[in-house]
Amino acid sequence: MTSAPAAPILQSSHLLGIAGLSRFDVTALLDLAETYVVQGRATDKKTALLKGRTLINLFFEASTRTQSSFELAGKRLGADVLNMSVKSSSVSKGETLLDTASTLNAMRPDLLVVRHQDAGAAELLSNKLDCSVINAGDGAHEHPTQALLDALTIRRRRGGFENLTVAICGDVLHSRVARSNLILLSMMGARVRLVAPRTLLPAEADRFGVEIYTDMEKGLAGADIVMMLRLQLERMSGAFVPSVREYFRFYGLDRAKLAHAKPGALVMHPGPMNRGVEIASDIADDVQVSLIAEQVEMGVAIRMAVLDALSRGHA
Amino acid sequence: MSRRIAFRNARLVDPASGLDVKGGLLVENGRIADVGPRLFNDAEPGDPEVVDCRGLVLAPGLIDTRVFTGEPGAEHRESLESASLAAAAGGVTSMVVMPNTDPVIDEPSLVDFLLRRAAATARVRVLPCAALTRGLHGEIMTEIGLLKEAGAVAFTDGDRSIANARVLRRALSYAATFDALVISHAEDPELVQGASATEGEFATRLGLPAAPAIAEAMMVERDIRLVELTGARLHFGQISTRAALVAIAAAKARGLPVTCGVSAHHLTLNELDVGPYLTFRKVRPPLRSEADRAAMAQGVATGVIDVIVSSHEPQGADTKRQPFASAAAGTVGLETLLAAALSLSHGGLTSLAHVLKTLTEGPARIFGLPTGKLAKGAPADLVLFDEHAPFQVRSEALHSRARNTAFEGRTFSGVVQQTFVGGERVFARG
Repeated sequence: MTSAPAAPILQSSHLLGIAGLSRFDVTALLDLAETYVVQGRATDKKTALLKGRTLINLFFEASTRTQSSFELAGKRLGADVLNMSVKSSSVSKGETLLDTASTLNAMRPDLLVVRHQDAGAAELLSNKLDCSVINAGDGAHEHPTQALLDALTIRRRRGGFENLTVAICGDVLHSRVARSNLILLSMMGARVRLVAPRTLLPAEADRFGVEIYTDMEKGLAGADIVMMLRLQLERMSGAFVPSVREYFRFYGLDRAKLAHAKPGALVMHPGPMNRGVEIASDIADDVQVSLIAEQVEMGVAIRMAVLDALSRGHA
Repeated sequence: MSRRIAFRNARLVDPASGLDVKGGLLVENGRIADVGPRLFNDAEPGDPEVVDCRGLVLAPGLIDTRVFTGEPGAEHRESLESASLAAAAGGVTSMVVMPNTDPVIDEPSLVDFLLRRAAATARVRVLPCAALTRGLHGEIMTEIGLLKEAGAVAFTDGDRSIANARVLRRALSYAATFDALVISHAEDPELVQGASATEGEFATRLGLPAAPAIAEAMMVERDIRLVELTGARLHFGQISTRAALVAIAAAKARGLPVTCGVSAHHLTLNELDVGPYLTFRKVRPPLRSEADRAAMAQGVATGVIDVIVSSHEPQGADTKRQPFASAAAGTVGLETLLAAALSLSHGGLTSLAHVLKTLTEGPARIFGLPTGKLAKGAPADLVLFDEHAPFQVRSEALHSRARNTAFEGRTFSGVVQQTFVGGERVFARG
């Protein structure tokens, strides 16, 4: 499929955030990912595109979904994949991030996927390593492959982004998914709304060219896509919202609230879900409205496209 | 059931509309059906029950926005019912009750309980406040959305300040999400710990543990900054110092959604009234200097202070008959609220209508209530009183279960004759 030498499509040798991408970059990545959707559905899912290359998954925060998605993407492209879960390794022995970086650099990887609890960690590593760095989530900053896979999912269902209204609901304050998505969707021409209690809205969020709602029914009115965010357990018990039951009553997606969205509106969630906290089970499981499983499939395709694009070098 | 009551020959005073004329008022089915200068002037009205007001003031029933009761948990001091008897005798037709009970009102089911108990036992309207933080501990915000749906009119830790600015910031921000009103008690808790008087010459002479008056303004200024940050509506339940008043006036001038109240006793008593350790005049915040008291009266006159409250706080002989530093703080005040407030208009500082505004239209506006006005269609909550009749406060004549009045022996002018809640007569002076 993509075995012929391909032209570079990205301006940078790293993928640190959506903020560094242009409309053209995004469109090129989504187009490329479409071919990998096809490959992922074939019986033989594997090519030799990245044969001989080394991909390191460096995860400072636990993640089942994103890590396995990158692992699978790398393997399907023929790369050697090494998973490093740093929680249990040298960081706990006092090593700094830059020490870890030079250790890894000496192993001569070609691609490094990193998730870290601090914003800017991926950028720091990209300055110190000779390989391409892919941000798989840094603090509350960005999670670009999540936004790209969400965009691919939306584009496949709706054909594009113009005239679409997307409501991003829940813990926007702590969410890198929300930041990457609102930048990408706004750039591609969608109308983005943020829906959350004020305690979970970042300061001056209105400066991003989005509409802000604290009333979920109003925020969902006329929305084509409802994108739910995960509420971390430690934020449910009084610091940001008083209780799970109150959160679900006012900000959990149930049938009654979804009825305010446009008929046929689709529901997304980056996972893992808290059923009965931010989303009702019957909606999460309703294949007519829920794109949650599809998002996971698109995740592998997008990550294959990103690995492919970065391994081509940059324009 | 179409019960009709005609009030004739009244001096109608309605601060909400600016009305102050001789006239009449008709009540039908618990609401005000008509009001005006010519009503019932010429002829006796037909079928309704007639109340001849004999030229006395007929005004909207008073709304007291700071009342502590002992229900649930300390009904031996004061129940909703006993407090409501005092309220009715004082012309108070709505009491906003504080959540500082046992258990604390921090659960939607407890708001529901209070409303049901009030409906079953109280003579006047009871408007519950819910706690702003669970257990009043100042740490974890309560379920403001669910509590508001259950009927809580505002959120407050009552007589406790929230020491942690981060907690208050998030609670205010969350409250703003639901356009909920937050009531703040402004006393720096560390600074006033153990104090029972205002720091100064008088407390020094008496040898009382005392705290500086600025403990109030410090918290007011902090809270105003947080209002500016969060956009929440914040009401200072009661202030007592000029410095706090100045800060609030400046915040209002900047357009911030800030309001404030003052207690009747901080308007009429100063620290010297504690005299020889009169524990019945031990209150929180403590009585202030004469300069601060005078500033409070001026604050009412200029309109910076929006409401006058009783801060009705029942205590028993067991908690009051103690050495001053050990005695409990608090005074009852529902029955003396009107008379004490009227001392401002009797003293020529402001008009009767303006004093009544702080007891009717002011609180109704802040708490978003349909009462507090003589308007067609409004609930017929009314007080009929003799503005000039003098009386002496005697604790044994009070209607509340608790008798700990700070005004014992004091002479005021202004006697409530009759009180109506939703068109029902709940008090008539015998």
